[in-house]
Amino acid sequence: MLANLVRLFRHRGLIRMLVLRELKARYRGSVLGFLWSFLNPLLLLLVYSFVFTTVIDRGDLAGLEPYAVFLFCGLLPWTWFSSSLNESADTLIVNANLIKKVVFPVETLPTATVLSNLCHFLFGLPILFGFLAYHQIPLRPADLIWFPAVVAVQLGLTLGLSMTLAALTVHFRDVKDLLSNGLTLWFFATPILYELSAVPPGVRAVMAFNPFAHLAMSYQQILFHEAPFAHGRPLLAVAVGAGGLFLLGYGLFDRLRDSFAEEV
Amino acid sequence: MSAITLDGVSKVYRRYGRQRRFATLKSALLTGSLVRHLRPDESFRALDDVSLTVAAGTTCGIIGRNGSGKSTLLKLVAGITRPTRGRVGVRGRVSALIELGAGFHPEISGRENVFINGVMLGMSRREVERRFDEIVAFAELGDFIEAPVKTYSSGMYMRLGFAVAVHVDPEILLVDEVLAVGDESFSLKCLDKFAEFKRRGKTILFVTHSLSMVERFCDTAVWLDAGRKRLVGDPRQVVQCYLADVEQAEAAHLAAEDARAQGSASSRGSDAEEAAEAAPDAHPAAEDARAQQGSASSRGSDAPGTEDAPPAAEDAEARPGAAPETGAPAEGEETPSGAEASPPDASPPPSEAPGDEPPPDMFKAAEGRWGSGAVRIEQVTLEGRLGAARVFRGGEPLTIRMRVAADRPVDDFAFGVSIFSADGVCCYGTNTHLEALESSRLDGAGEVAFVIERLDLVAGTYKLDVAAHRRDGFSYDYHRLLYTFRVKSSTRDVGIYRPPHAWRFSPNIRFKPPRS
Repeated sequence: MLANLVRLFRHRGLIRMLVLRELKARYRGSVLGFLWSFLNPLLLLLVYSFVFTTVIDRGDLAGLEPYAVFLFCGLLPWTWFSSSLNESADTLIVNANLIKKVVFPVETLPTATVLSNLCHFLFGLPILFGFLAYHQIPLRPADLIWFPAVVAVQLGLTLGLSMTLAALTVHFRDVKDLLSNGLTLWFFATPILYELSAVPPGVRAVMAFNPFAHLAMSYQQILFHEAPFAHGRPLLAVAVGAGGLFLLGYGLFDRLRDSFAEEV
Repeated sequence: MSAITLDGVSKVYRRYGRQRRFATLKSALLTGSLVRHLRPDESFRALDDVSLTVAAGTTCGIIGRNGSGKSTLLKLVAGITRPTRGRVGVRGRVSALIELGAGFHPEISGRENVFINGVMLGMSRREVERRFDEIVAFAELGDFIEAPVKTYSSGMYMRLGFAVAVHVDPEILLVDEVLAVGDESFSLKCLDKFAEFKRRGKTILFVTHSLSMVERFCDTAVWLDAGRKRLVGDPRQVVQCYLADVEQAEAAHLAAEDARAQGSASSRGSDAEEAAEAAPDAHPAAEDARAQQGSASSRGSDAPGTEDAPPAAEDAEARPGAAPETGAPAEGEETPSGAEASPPDASPPPSEAPGDEPPPDMFKAAEGRWGSGAVRIEQVTLEGRLGAARVFRGGEPLTIRMRVAADRPVDDFAFGVSIFSADGVCCYGTNTHLEALESSRLDGAGEVAFVIERLDLVAGTYKLDVAAHRRDGFSYDYHRLLYTFRVKSSTRDVGIYRPPHAWRFSPNIRFKPPRS
């Protein structure tokens, strides 16, 4: 793992350029430009909170007031996660020209994708904190220390999955379609729209194996719930799993690396 | 010291069969093993056991036909792909000019792209910063450097790509046919840059189809042929050998093309035959003889007995009134070169046979063959100084040799030849009648040779008409554009015809002595 990280670190200059390229290119030509980084999560939030508080008026959401803020705590990291995976699956194919014609470390491509989506996530945070302040939800400094740790775990998990998907999509284009459907399922199987306690106990046991459930709950506990953060142990387990996944994903990527220039 | 070493390098590209393409992840999961499924159904050997050493500071050119493995070799040296077998050793920083501007993002400005591309090619940010002005100046972009790359013309795009790539300041520069693109001044600029690289003792490995560039720039040349190293050594020598080989292949190709044209021409001719066979006064005996001779000649063999067409087919065709649709195709299969249906005998009044009429507009007519067949041109060969050839150098002799035959004595005949350029211009045309040769008698088989002592045509591809006809122009056997030859020239003069000429100068006008 260390060796892999060192390798990525050595290419940090290139990764930085690629992230900048993606961020810059993303909103070039649009009138609102960079504002979209803020507007996108905001609009998504409005849609969901409209549906779940006005269209479907569910009584069991009573404990989650204000619901929009609760939702946002899980939705913002989920957007980072799902866009990263979706874009990573594409990134080698989109950049086929580069892979075939230029010598450069290909793993920087999915890495840059994940990182540029991390940037969008970070741009969304001020809005989230604005909401929290507006609704006067108290933030505990002792909990906030955990926040970067959760982000780091999510980064590891996302990177590992992204590498795997990027490498596999070169060989199996079906991965993309599987992925977009899988992510929809995953989204609803994660306590983002609802709380874990609203789920029947049998299902809850299964959900415990969903790594993103723990991440979402960690975010919610840190930012939304008033009780002190008490999700450290599951988070540690997810961290270990994420590390393993990163290793595995990088390993697979390495294994298939030589085939990229020919297959892409 | 060698900068690049290839040691027994083979590269096998995997090609997946139909099954692999349609059964993707599903079957990989079903059969259980992803890795096993990544094994190819079929493989293609792009490079086969190539060993090569390029000394540091030298320029090496790789030549070879399309698909001979040149680009693969370059990609291996660049490290884009890995050899299947063997070892590739590279000493020094490599910059590959394989595709200019690969990785430019169209939406963002030239400036930002220079940085991204530079870093991608292995420079540090600071290095790019330091060379930025130089890069922009070289690319001649001026203020455009701030505009998004999508607004660039393709020339600007390439110039910028080239500028970034050469400013990586590599020890080894790999170039893949980059100079084929871009305008004249850009090409010259690239050449200047290469010369500068050479002067500074960098190693250059480049793939090109421009043989003159190889001769001019390279210290060594490598000729790759079908993935194998054919020849390495002095550029001039390698280029000469390569050229000779290309000419041979070209001649074979032209001959094959002609054979196809002749084949289709004679299948058109079978319409005429059909009509003739339907005619009541077609002579069975003559038909028989013709059929035999015709199919023999189609194979280009002298002895009718050598033919291997089943006699049944022969009979079917020879019998008058037998459906030619069944006879002719059967024989066509046996003789793909095809002139099985030579024009009919002249027994019916010639003008009644539909095949006699040449297409209404002679000049626009495509290749074809028509005529009554009273005199047949059975074989046409082109000969250069060393025998049969299809590719000639300007100024070489060319002999057009026709084997002709008449089943019955003919006393009114003329032979003609015309040379057409690729764009249809008649470069020269003549016949024996025009040259006041009065025919008196032709009986049986014979040979006609049209000898051109100096073929003073400019470089290009030419097609030939050859014909045997009556003095009044009625065709016995007209072969329209059925023979192709190519003229090569080291001089790039233009036009059609190169008159033998010389330049003379007064003593105060001087030229440098020609390079060797």
